[in-house]
Amino acid sequence: MAVASPPQSIEEQRRWEGSLDQLRGLVSERAITGETMLLNMGPHHPSTHGVLRLLLELDGEQIVSCLPDIGFLHTGIEKSIEDKSYEKALPLTDRMDYLSPMSNNMAYAAAVEKLLDLDVPERGQIIRVVCLELARCASHLVWLGTHAIDMGAMSVLLYAFRERERILGMFEMLSGQRMMSSYIRPGGVWRDVPDDFLPTIKQFLNDFPAKVDDYEALLTQNPIWKDRAQGVGVIEPDVALAYGLTGPALRGSGVNWDLRKAQPYSGYETYDFNVPLGEHGDVYDRYLIRIHEFRESMKILNQAVARLEQVKGPYRSENRKYCPPLRSELGQSMEAVIHHFKLWTYGYDAPDDEIYNAIESPRGEIGCYIHGTGGNKPRRVHFKTPSFIHISALPVMAKGYLLADMVAIIGSVDIVLGDCDR
Amino acid sequence: MEIPAARNPVDVLRESFGEAILFVKEFRGETTVVVEAARSSDVLDFLRVSFGLVYNMLSDVSAVDYYPDDYGEGFDSDYRPERFAVSYHLLSMLYNRRLRVKVFAEEEDPRLPTATVVFPAANWLEREIADMMGIVFEGHADQRRLLMPDNWYGHPHRRDYPLGKETVAFSFNEAEIRKHKPFATD
Repeated sequence: MAVASPPQSIEEQRRWEGSLDQLRGLVSERAITGETMLLNMGPHHPSTHGVLRLLLELDGEQIVSCLPDIGFLHTGIEKSIEDKSYEKALPLTDRMDYLSPMSNNMAYAAAVEKLLDLDVPERGQIIRVVCLELARCASHLVWLGTHAIDMGAMSVLLYAFRERERILGMFEMLSGQRMMSSYIRPGGVWRDVPDDFLPTIKQFLNDFPAKVDDYEALLTQNPIWKDRAQGVGVIEPDVALAYGLTGPALRGSGVNWDLRKAQPYSGYETYDFNVPLGEHGDVYDRYLIRIHEFRESMKILNQAVARLEQVKGPYRSENRKYCPPLRSELGQSMEAVIHHFKLWTYGYDAPDDEIYNAIESPRGEIGCYIHGTGGNKPRRVHFKTPSFIHISALPVMAKGYLLADMVAIIGSVDIVLGDCDR
Repeated sequence: MEIPAARNPVDVLRESFGEAILFVKEFRGETTVVVEAARSSDVLDFLRVSFGLVYNMLSDVSAVDYYPDDYGEGFDSDYRPERFAVSYHLLSMLYNRRLRVKVFAEEEDPRLPTATVVFPAANWLEREIADMMGIVFEGHADQRRLLMPDNWYGHPHRRDYPLGKETVAFSFNEAEIRKHKPFATD
């Protein structure tokens, strides 16, 4: 069998690898001459959390530059939404950030509500807060498990997924679906919470704080974990702002910015909670912030569940021009049948104008830009997703650190490629 | 340290840029300022550093295509002189408010100056628009495609780019559909 001999010269190696000219200006000159090594990481590398490909330029083990390559999970969600009426586009948003679909639903629903000038009843807002905070916990649990397994702490994953399973069970109670829930809809939520939901979530709220302590016992003071995480992937606050980081990645650098506090939506201004902040902007601080966010989410959930028991009333707007009537009304009211038929065939018209609305997802600011046409389909929907911004800032965070730190840095900004590519 | 009082961005921009501010509108509490494309990076930089404004963060850059019929001179309810528009969504953390700066690009050869010199965050957001809408950002350091493959033809988010779909197979048209898919048989 003929075996190709290794390249004997730089010229020969270049012929093997194809042209480096397209990378000129993006990697340093030393990579063009072959002094530093270009290494491909992904798209199937287990710690790239999906299908992220990185082209790393290495000087020994040190990262000189890093070129992320995305688009492997691009599904054209924004294009598909342009061909659907506003209500029917909602299930597509589940598929963007598949670890916290509730946040995507909320981002889209809140944007449509703003475009239509539609109000949400109080009970609907409380149920939304419950869903959003449960989604935050579920998403952070996946992040915790995978981040830990990336850095060599194998057992945390099993503990984290055990608790996540309970949250997904609650989502199934609410919406009939564990993950792709499509529960939060323009005007409120799809249906009221079932009777057995409150006991279940109370049991969960009772158990969960002790579990968070367990995770902390495994990691926070663990010397190996600290060695891997402290002082790695540092990003200064002004750099983080310039690159548009949001969420825990920004708060890890000590910038006090949380849309739940700064620009409250869904009644977040009435809940008592704190925004945890880091100081060093490294992997360890971003880890601590998410751990503290579990506890703050528990605080919010406790208050929201108490309100859920007191506040009765509609869970979805009763503006029948935008929200379909209840099933029970259909047999009694001709008008309800007309509304039902109109809403599920044609949908509703939205103004020919543009709005941008942002909420705080577990990963950061998820913004939704909608430009209506005056008809029942939008002209353009654009999602500004936190993972997209965070991956574009990876080169800044990774520069100068070791190849092994890259895994920690990717994990610490908590990326989801479905969120990034849309 | 005393924080300077917030100033109205529209008044300040009109004062400083005059003719370059083409149109201002309010909708649902959001302010949109349409500026001349050639001055956009000056306006963004001005908004970022001026006291009383300090729009220090670029939240989003999104593009919209007004094809097929509601743009041009005759469209009077809104200001839409050209086919493409790019919106820069700015956020001022100090004053906790947002502002949309909008620029228009012509249909034949859409070109706009890049904002990456002002906000590094615009890097990928503009690359995405260049890829999906086909608007060239002059001065952008990285002109490669971002989401679509390098050899892709066309720009999918344009309104005249057809949304592909699969014909649903029923018993009457199944044979016809199978004919076009020689490799799809089990």
